[in-house]
Amino acid sequence: MLGSPSHDPSPDFPPFTHRHLLGIEGLQPWDIQALLDLSESAIEVSRQVEKKRTTLRGRTQINLFFEASTRTQSSFELAGKRLGADVMNMSVASSSVKKGETLVDTAATLNAMRPDIIVVRHHAAGAVALLARKVGCSVINAGDSAHEHPTQALLDALTIRRHKGKLEGLIVAICGDILHSRVARSNLLLLHAMGAQVRLCGPSTLLPPDAARLGAHVTTSMDEALEGADVVMMLRLQRERMNAAFIPSTREYFRYYGLDARKLARAKPDALVMHPGPMNRGVEIDPAIAESPQSVINEQVEMGVAVRMAVLEALAQHLPNAHGEPIADEGQLP
Amino acid sequence: MAVQPVKITNVRVIDPSRNLDAPGAILMIDGRIIAAGPDAAATGVPDGCLVLDGRGAVAAPGLVDMQVRAGEPGAEHLETLETASKAAATGGVTSLGLMPDTDPVIDDAALVDFLMRRARDTAVVHIHPIAALTKGLDGVEMAEIGLLREAGAVAFSNGRHPVANSAIFRHALTYARDFGGLVIHHPEDADLRGNGVMHEGERATRYGLPGIPEEAELVMLDRDVRLARLTGGRYHAAQISCARSVETVRRAKAEGIKLTVGVSANHLSLNELDIGMWRTFLKLSPPLRTEDDREALIEGVKDGTIDVIVSDHDPQDVERKRHPFAEAHDGAVGLETLLPAALRLVHNEQISLPTLIDKVATTPAAILGIDAGTLAPGAPGDVVVFDPDEPWVLDRKALVSRSKNTAFEDARFSGRVKATFVNGRLVAQAGADGRPEIVLA
Repeated sequence: MLGSPSHDPSPDFPPFTHRHLLGIEGLQPWDIQALLDLSESAIEVSRQVEKKRTTLRGRTQINLFFEASTRTQSSFELAGKRLGADVMNMSVASSSVKKGETLVDTAATLNAMRPDIIVVRHHAAGAVALLARKVGCSVINAGDSAHEHPTQALLDALTIRRHKGKLEGLIVAICGDILHSRVARSNLLLLHAMGAQVRLCGPSTLLPPDAARLGAHVTTSMDEALEGADVVMMLRLQRERMNAAFIPSTREYFRYYGLDARKLARAKPDALVMHPGPMNRGVEIDPAIAESPQSVINEQVEMGVAVRMAVLEALAQHLPNAHGEPIADEGQLP
Repeated sequence: MAVQPVKITNVRVIDPSRNLDAPGAILMIDGRIIAAGPDAAATGVPDGCLVLDGRGAVAAPGLVDMQVRAGEPGAEHLETLETASKAAATGGVTSLGLMPDTDPVIDDAALVDFLMRRARDTAVVHIHPIAALTKGLDGVEMAEIGLLREAGAVAFSNGRHPVANSAIFRHALTYARDFGGLVIHHPEDADLRGNGVMHEGERATRYGLPGIPEEAELVMLDRDVRLARLTGGRYHAAQISCARSVETVRRAKAEGIKLTVGVSANHLSLNELDIGMWRTFLKLSPPLRTEDDREALIEGVKDGTIDVIVSDHDPQDVERKRHPFAEAHDGAVGLETLLPAALRLVHNEQISLPTLIDKVATTPAAILGIDAGTLAPGAPGDVVVFDPDEPWVLDRKALVSRSKNTAFEDARFSGRVKATFVNGRLVAQAGADGRPEIVLA
């Protein structure tokens, strides 16, 4: 039960032993399983009148966002608060970086405030891993450029599992701007780890080089990608992609890659339609499909809070002073 | 002040300029080579001569590194001519070509003159300025190639700012030819590189990092080869990084096109996998590429397609390196690792020791047209003595260079400099712990 100090992870799997959550890469299938199981109980907590738990009472959580985000930041904030943590939001405009403060400086400053958990979103791949090496607390990656967004992949997996009862053997089509998508990378890693089949689809200009070597089936045809799919995951198309000749227009993009009823008919009749948000209606998805019964887009948001509660709780078990002992003065940073 | 005569005995003398590889000795008087080789062993020792027992080490012409950056002028906190020269001396490098992308850019004869005076006053090795090919490296307006050459510039380069405009590059090659000026170019198409930060491929995709396709190099190299042929100018590709570039150069040379090509010791020793978990010290330009590329580069060195090996010494401090990978500056220091890193090719039996010396001393000196890279009688007394087998581990903090951004942190090497002579003077010598130290301030 979430919030209970004697929470006993599933006896079939080793306990979650990671200090940080920097990506899906590095997680074992049993880690993912444990986080998803923990999330299930978090959903129950969130659906009660009394949503507050004490798991993180006295703990400080800093949400450090170098990139604007409404959904992810509020989701982490709510997750932390429901577990009883003191949550501070820091939005660091990229201009302050230009003023000369480096990420490492910021890390040292925050570290001196002795937080327990830092949630980071940054516009550069690997930035979160760099920060994690410079602080003495747990770090959660809330998205680092086109690298990873592990909690998004976990919440997607939770949503799918609740509808399909499993992940193994499912066919999942991830469609759109794969090249610039951290969501696609994290989902690909997670779904592969859990035995699902992944198809990646988009125009060739928006597919990463050597994408096929990541083990997915790669195609430029939506019909091929969606044929018999159990899940259709659409990605957001950034408007600025028109500038560097990735695609000619949103109109043409919608024609070939936007999810409409005709294309969706290729998928299984009970296929789930997913989108990490925020949506560009009429660009990557037909508004009618986004509102249809097959769409689980709003449910993804609810699962987001649950998954983040689970991640916070899992990491809290291994905070340096998880059992009440004070943290030794670490002196100089590494 | 007269220079003390020096005799280095009991060494294996390697001098590619004379096809010499034999046990012997080296005698230097008044800062010049009198004899080097078996015949020098029997010569008498002049009065007051410093006699150094080489204990079976290798003695070769001091290394000539064609591609070095120092921070002077403009970024002296990264490296000065003095610190770069000391790093060079401890690495066995006795002559270096200094790239012009400083602040200000070396695009005026007075600045070349400034560098030469600063070098004379502060440096312990020979420093040869390479001047800007275009004013302010803008790629538009040609620099005063004649005046710069007269002032002492040994070559012309746009540094890391490739000349995109083919007509301008054509004119520069043609005009420089009138002065016998060597044009050193960084073959890279800036638009194809875009915001790329590492080799484009599976690794970059996994890291979510924008990639640099090898075509960024190939497209520009192809153009440059065509223009070298068209103009008959003296063209040198500063560095190539991939297998297809080796093929391009091989074909061009077979066609009879005159050009020369360099490769960095980094690219011969490392590949993209060495970047590991976002190690920014291995963020280089051109980027480290695949193992197949590395092997093809070695093959290119072996068959003569690639003419020279450079350090691509590029000092950067933590303020420029301690960033997320995509935001960190390119570059690594290399003067102190050029020889040991390149020796890996010898130890792996990929090239012979005389071939290596040719690539890091004799040929670069010939390309730059400087009096170095040889132990022929009468040549300046620039000599490196090194034990090709001594094992050691690189300690980043022990580097002499002011910046410590080495791509070889904690690397294990076989081969270490024992003594370096410039103009017949001992400038660096191995200390008690085996580490070469500056002895001449």
